[in-house]
Amino acid sequence: MTTTHSEEPTAEELRAMTPEQVMLAGAEADGVHIVHRRDRFPIRGTRAEKRAERAIALCFTISALGGVGFVVAFVAMPYHWHLPGTPQNFKFYTPALGGLLTIMLLFMGLGLVLWAKWLMPEEEVVQDRHDEPSSDEDKIMTEATLAVGLADTGLPRRSLILRSLGLAGGALAAVPLVALVGAMIKKPGTQLHYTMFRRNKALFPDTDGRVPLVYSDWRRVSPGDLLPGGIATIFPGVHEEDAQGKNGLTSASSPTLLIRLRPGQNVKSRKGQADYGWPKENPEYVAFSKICTHAGCPASLYEQQTTRLLCPCHQSQFEVLEDAKPVFGPATRSLPKLPLDVVIEDGVQYFVARNDFNEPIGPGYWERA
Amino acid sequence: MSTAAPSRRSEQPRTRPGRAAKFFDDRLNIAGPLRKQLNKVFPDHWSFMMGEIALYSFIILLLTGTYLTFFFDPSMVETVYHGRYVPLQGITMSKAYESTLNITFDVRGGLIVRQIHHWAALLFVAAMLIHMIRVFFTGAFRKPRELNWLIGLTLIMLGIIEGFAGYSLPDDLLSGTGLRIADAIMLSIPVVGTWVSFLVFGGPFPGDLIIGRFYIAHVLLIPAILAALIGVHLALIVRQKHTQFPGPGHSEHQVSGERVFPTYAAKAGGFFFIVFASLTALGGFAQINPVWLYGPYNPAQVSSGSQPDWYMMFLDGSTRLFPSWEIRLWGYDLPPLFWPTVVLPGILVTLAAAYPFIEAKMTNDTAHHHLLQRPRDVPVRTALGSMALTFYAVLFLSGGNDLIANAFDISLNAMTWGGRIFLLVLPPLAYGFAYRVCLGLQRHDREVLEHGVETGIIRVLPNGEFIEVHQPLGPVDEHGHGRLPYAGTPVPKRMGQLGATSPLRHLRGFFYPVTEKPEIQAALDELAARAADQSPQGELTDSSTSSTD
Repeated sequence: MTTTHSEEPTAEELRAMTPEQVMLAGAEADGVHIVHRRDRFPIRGTRAEKRAERAIALCFTISALGGVGFVVAFVAMPYHWHLPGTPQNFKFYTPALGGLLTIMLLFMGLGLVLWAKWLMPEEEVVQDRHDEPSSDEDKIMTEATLAVGLADTGLPRRSLILRSLGLAGGALAAVPLVALVGAMIKKPGTQLHYTMFRRNKALFPDTDGRVPLVYSDWRRVSPGDLLPGGIATIFPGVHEEDAQGKNGLTSASSPTLLIRLRPGQNVKSRKGQADYGWPKENPEYVAFSKICTHAGCPASLYEQQTTRLLCPCHQSQFEVLEDAKPVFGPATRSLPKLPLDVVIEDGVQYFVARNDFNEPIGPGYWERA
Repeated sequence: MSTAAPSRRSEQPRTRPGRAAKFFDDRLNIAGPLRKQLNKVFPDHWSFMMGEIALYSFIILLLTGTYLTFFFDPSMVETVYHGRYVPLQGITMSKAYESTLNITFDVRGGLIVRQIHHWAALLFVAAMLIHMIRVFFTGAFRKPRELNWLIGLTLIMLGIIEGFAGYSLPDDLLSGTGLRIADAIMLSIPVVGTWVSFLVFGGPFPGDLIIGRFYIAHVLLIPAILAALIGVHLALIVRQKHTQFPGPGHSEHQVSGERVFPTYAAKAGGFFFIVFASLTALGGFAQINPVWLYGPYNPAQVSSGSQPDWYMMFLDGSTRLFPSWEIRLWGYDLPPLFWPTVVLPGILVTLAAAYPFIEAKMTNDTAHHHLLQRPRDVPVRTALGSMALTFYAVLFLSGGNDLIANAFDISLNAMTWGGRIFLLVLPPLAYGFAYRVCLGLQRHDREVLEHGVETGIIRVLPNGEFIEVHQPLGPVDEHGHGRLPYAGTPVPKRMGQLGATSPLRHLRGFFYPVTEKPEIQAALDELAARAADQSPQGELTDSSTSSTD
């Protein structure tokens, strides 16, 4: 309990006071000085006081009605989504709930604030901060307690215990860290270096391991599908799931953009990629990884007029006619180019990937080089 | 003394609160400490409400978030949608996305709770940031409150991470794009980047673990840390007591305001409901994050104008503005993404954390401070803050530069270059501008203290000279110069602000004359009349003898 000052009134004296006087005495005991205190309505029961009281009560009543209205609306109003062209009454459900909740909460809040401002006594109260530093006695005694306690353990002079304890503590900290983080660690290995376009003789013996290209509905891609200037998102046609349970469509490294150039458009190829298009000479079709080399968003906005690919996340721009070289924005690397080839099956031409991309796709990382 | 005889009061409390309190005091001995807390004094100022808004938003987040967990399924297992929202029927999606759709379309009132939760998250971080700005510009972070500054900074960072984790949970196209970028950021870290990414995602992006991991972080780990730190933050405020602007009765040794019980508690409680009401209004009327329009996440798709929640936009902006600089050394690669998304936030946080100590060191200030400073009185700090805010604002706007370019028909490339240039040029300009404005405001304060308030009255002297009459604020010396020193408080600049009138008084009086309540007015009139009787001469000074300048 708090230490009693000599000036503080005794229990006997307190019992002789009015409650208000006792309250003031209690505040003084806590270092709280009520310098100004005035009843908002010194004369009880005036019309103004009644008016204030009624207004606050009205707030609480409206709040209660809002709550009742919420329950009614919640139960009675239609909320199921319906196709456009049918009654769209469900659209009023959420606004109605929001409005009624707002009425309930707002008038609850208003009522409380007005109650405090209109009816509770006006007060100006000053409290001591007690920001003095700890007393010298306290400091000296606490310091000695700490120092002697430490000496009692003998740690400062028993270095053997100190060192072995340090070792045990380290083990104690390391074990959970190893157990948790170690369980979560997955070796990246070379997984980021390859995509599902990689040659796979086991799955595709007929095409010498070359992976067929498909659309997002597994339809195979043929050269005649696209108009000049057209683009399509294509994927490796691999149905089998990899270690992560992803197939050719769902793997994050798969999305690739197939572009059919307009007549007269020539691609200035990067070194070693001259024959990656189809046909090999004067290619009409080129394919680039859709995954931006900056932060991995799909760079999917193709401007036919400027032949630029734009990534909508950070606005890197790639010039298709220069083998998707970055020409603006934060990206530093060209989009990797997929070497294309065509096979003929049952008299129909189908695209296949001659090989995987010749570099890792997507955002850069330390081991990428 | 009261006439009540002591014998009428027995040991047994007579009042109902007394009896209720006795039950607990008999068991816990808390009469003294409890009274101390009830009597605790809190100062009042509108700028102190920002932290309150953040606290209340957090409570609302806990309430709405708990509700959402009853319906949300944090699973990345694929399923085919057969729910009520016809446009997505038959589409393959994760259970997380499906259950978000179900909360939206099948759970009665699920949509409004989801929207309130999202709006509350935006408000939570916004209120914390504005609270931090308030604390910075008024010097509330100074000794002895550096610890609370650091805790507050941690709270903001955790709030942003918590928000990003929650934003990722629905597994829609927009949040998946955000996760993809987060993965790229992890990959960009030198040496350990790929290991970090594989550790978080459990393999190559996206894997099938990340939603579950973010879920437990979002609903348990981070909220628990947030709640604990908020508790410490508040405990330190109670321990050290709230800061206060200088004013009558407000000194370094005393805090002035209202006691917790009952007035402050009623006001703060009411304010909680008002904040909650604002959020339910937003949740009911302002659509936010309509994930059913975005569709499930698909690594091959993205929509233009993909914008993260506002608190991530400065990072998006820095990423967009940073030039295409990549370092390749000895067969290793340091991607450009590393600098604007890892290094820059690291620098910003370090500077913010170190600022209280740097300022104390530079100004050799080891004293305790409980009184706040007006921003104009510390021009260097205010200018530094303005510089930081300008830097942040350019990054923030650049995070939406594609939308701005679209809305105003500006070239996107021009927006990027403009952002790069403004980012370097505007902050120093803001520093100089804010510094000058502070000095100008200081000088005007001193001028009014010295010469008085402009009355707007022009007088012709007998010799034909025109002078403007000034009303001094207090006693003047033989030259007619005011003797009041500057006390760090607002100085009245117009006649309407003189005296004990509140700054809002002339606003209140705009619609109808300001009148006291009749009872109070009658009492005041009576007091005035009694005072006039007792001192016939009065102490009113003749304002027409005021100093002239």
